[in-house]
Amino acid sequence: MEGTLVNKRNRIHPHKFALWAAMGSITMMFGAFTSAYIVKQSAGNWLEFSMPVVFYVSTFLILISSFTLHTSFSGFKSGNESRYKSMLILSFVLGIAFIILQYFGWTELYKKGVDLKGNVSGSFFYLLSGIHALHVLGGIAAISVALIHAFTLKFKVTDIRLNRFDLVVNYWHFVDFLWVYLFLFLLISK
Amino acid sequence: MANVTFHEEDVLIKEQGFNDHFHEHHHGDKYQTNFIFHYIFSMDHKIIARQFLITGIIWAIIGAAMSVIFRLQLGFPEESLTWIKPFLGKWIVVDPTTGIGKLAPEFYYALVTMHGTIIVFFVLTAGLSGTFSNLLIPLQIGARDMASPFMNMLSYWFFFLAGIVMFYSLFLSTGPFSGGWVAYPPLSALPQASSGSGTGMTLWLVSLVLFVVSVLLGGINYITTILNLRTKGMSLWRMPLPIWAFFVTAILGLLSFPVLASGFFMLIFDRSLGTSFFLSDIFIAGQALDRVGGSPILYQHLFWFLGHPEVYIIILPAMGLVSEVMSVHSRKPIFGYRAMVYSIMAIGFLSFIVWAHHMFMAGINPFIANFFVVFTLIIAVPSAVKVFNWITTLYGGNIRLNTPMLFAIGFVSMFISGGLTGIFLGNSAIDIVMHDTYFVVAHFHIVMGVAAFFGMFAGVYHWFPKMYGRFMNETLGKIHFWGTMISAYAIFWPMHYIGMAGVPRRYYSFDTFDAFKHFTDLNKFITIFAIVAFFVQLIFVINFFYSIWYGKKMKTKNPWEANTVEWTTPIEPIHGNWPGNLPTVHRWAYDYNKDEREFVQQHVPLKDGEVGDH
Repeated sequence: MEGTLVNKRNRIHPHKFALWAAMGSITMMFGAFTSAYIVKQSAGNWLEFSMPVVFYVSTFLILISSFTLHTSFSGFKSGNESRYKSMLILSFVLGIAFIILQYFGWTELYKKGVDLKGNVSGSFFYLLSGIHALHVLGGIAAISVALIHAFTLKFKVTDIRLNRFDLVVNYWHFVDFLWVYLFLFLLISK
Repeated sequence: MANVTFHEEDVLIKEQGFNDHFHEHHHGDKYQTNFIFHYIFSMDHKIIARQFLITGIIWAIIGAAMSVIFRLQLGFPEESLTWIKPFLGKWIVVDPTTGIGKLAPEFYYALVTMHGTIIVFFVLTAGLSGTFSNLLIPLQIGARDMASPFMNMLSYWFFFLAGIVMFYSLFLSTGPFSGGWVAYPPLSALPQASSGSGTGMTLWLVSLVLFVVSVLLGGINYITTILNLRTKGMSLWRMPLPIWAFFVTAILGLLSFPVLASGFFMLIFDRSLGTSFFLSDIFIAGQALDRVGGSPILYQHLFWFLGHPEVYIIILPAMGLVSEVMSVHSRKPIFGYRAMVYSIMAIGFLSFIVWAHHMFMAGINPFIANFFVVFTLIIAVPSAVKVFNWITTLYGGNIRLNTPMLFAIGFVSMFISGGLTGIFLGNSAIDIVMHDTYFVVAHFHIVMGVAAFFGMFAGVYHWFPKMYGRFMNETLGKIHFWGTMISAYAIFWPMHYIGMAGVPRRYYSFDTFDAFKHFTDLNKFITIFAIVAFFVQLIFVINFFYSIWYGKKMKTKNPWEANTVEWTTPIEPIHGNWPGNLPTVHRWAYDYNKDEREFVQQHVPLKDGEVGDH
């Protein structure tokens, strides 16, 4: 791909830039949700409930998964195939574990009597964490594609593959930070 | 490449141009192998632009036909509409004794709702911004295509899918959604609220969620392309004004449509999962619902946080196109290029902090309304800067009064007329009287409906040769312009007076209001001109499709003698836009009548002592 990258206008790969724009757009959506949350909460008639411990664990897991995926990426960059593959698998597992723990958290909340219907505070909790979980599923799908590439293609560090993997890592960090934001928001806005 | 004859500009591009080795990689092959991938699932931005335009035209005909039908009801409530029963079926209710057919009231509301939804989203967002962003961004910045041609194709097909779903909803036995294009709860949140609130609203939501996806995919692509794929020398301050307008438009879309999506998700939860985000203590058909604690105002905030930027998503591309057309056909540099860009940015920024002026009478805090009044009125400043600059561009110009130029001038006229009434409505105190009357209808139709259509027409007539290699017919074009100009004012000017008298919008009939009886003739007058306007648009449609195949052929690459680089591409469009090198840009886009040269194209190198930036 020499030639296409000589101009200074390509300092950042267009696909990566597009991903950042998309992340900005997703941020706006969650910004709207949390603003609506604040507005509704200040209007009163708000049920307070404590967050199940499971969510602390899931938060910890997704933070770790960001770290492992990053390690996998640096492994790929430096040509360390075993680190690249093992850490990629670990990240995938942690991602799945996050979703499962979120599900446990929701059932625990439901058992406590916080229903999706009924008081809006419960509805908001399921809405925020549910739509975030959908975005994590998108990230898991991306990691799955990366896994398929890792185990079907011959290990070779090329610009195209590096760039693709970089996109996956960036998106995963994003859904990670998005959850941390939502988690802290839900804790603090009590 | 061997069979291309080299003109002077070709030599310049060949010698000075920028070689990106595009044609060495045979990218083009997979796009143009067969009919399906060339014309239908195309990834070429020029084909996608035409797909957006033609789909937009089809939707515009449907949306306009709807307005004619409900205008018939408003202008001639006594007349029999039995003759449209073959089209509308059971929605024309025929009185068995007299044989007089009437438009069913619930379908009247459905028509009003669909007219708004279709024109705002499908025609003036997808049809306008989708068409010209796709066509002009790569061509005017000197790129081979969009940053992601695949995403660009998806953007069109999501729009197409949204259209199919909406079109299907028109044929439901319960009718399409009928609660107004803004879809306020509870009418939109409770399936049992009205006949269109059930399946009709479900399909409306599905359609618009698909549409939001389309806008986001498109917008991400436009921004990325503009920032990353400009040709050598095309600094931001050398970009033609349409590109600036598309750029800010895409940013607005990217930041505001997700907020609409969040509102829609909550609405979907309320409709299907029994949550109470927007619903509170409602009795319906004598029954109390078990919803508590929701607020319909919350939906309005989320909706208008998109809704207001949306009107600038509609009008900014039109402004950009008009600026370019006006400068080319006045043979003068655009007056105040940087001021134009800064005012686009200012409008874009302000559009995010004025949304509550749509809700002055919805029960928001009157004190907070004051802030929204101030910001709303401040928008008049950048708008006035733009109007001043357009008029000053015309002043002393060597004006060619051809169809694109006429529409560009018509745009400015409409923008002034509609903008002035905006100053009335932006005041929360005056809005107490004016809200939800025909004054509002007149205001937004002129300023964002007709004006945006004028900008779109100016663009279509101007860039038609670039799209199809042929010209549209000038005589038909001028008939189209004058017919539209006259009937648009004839329709909407009287509406201001009706509105000032307090006649509310969206009403099916005014039979029972003595106070509004004397507007019967005025309503007839408006309806007659609405019909005229509709048929005048058909002249455009005929002209458009006739000219694709039989229009006057484009003989030279640059028929308008314009400066922007899209006019250096071959007459017969190719994949990758330029056959050899990309043009290198040396100057801004508006060097008209400079140093005794009538026009200096952007890829012409600077002479000694000449400046390229302004």
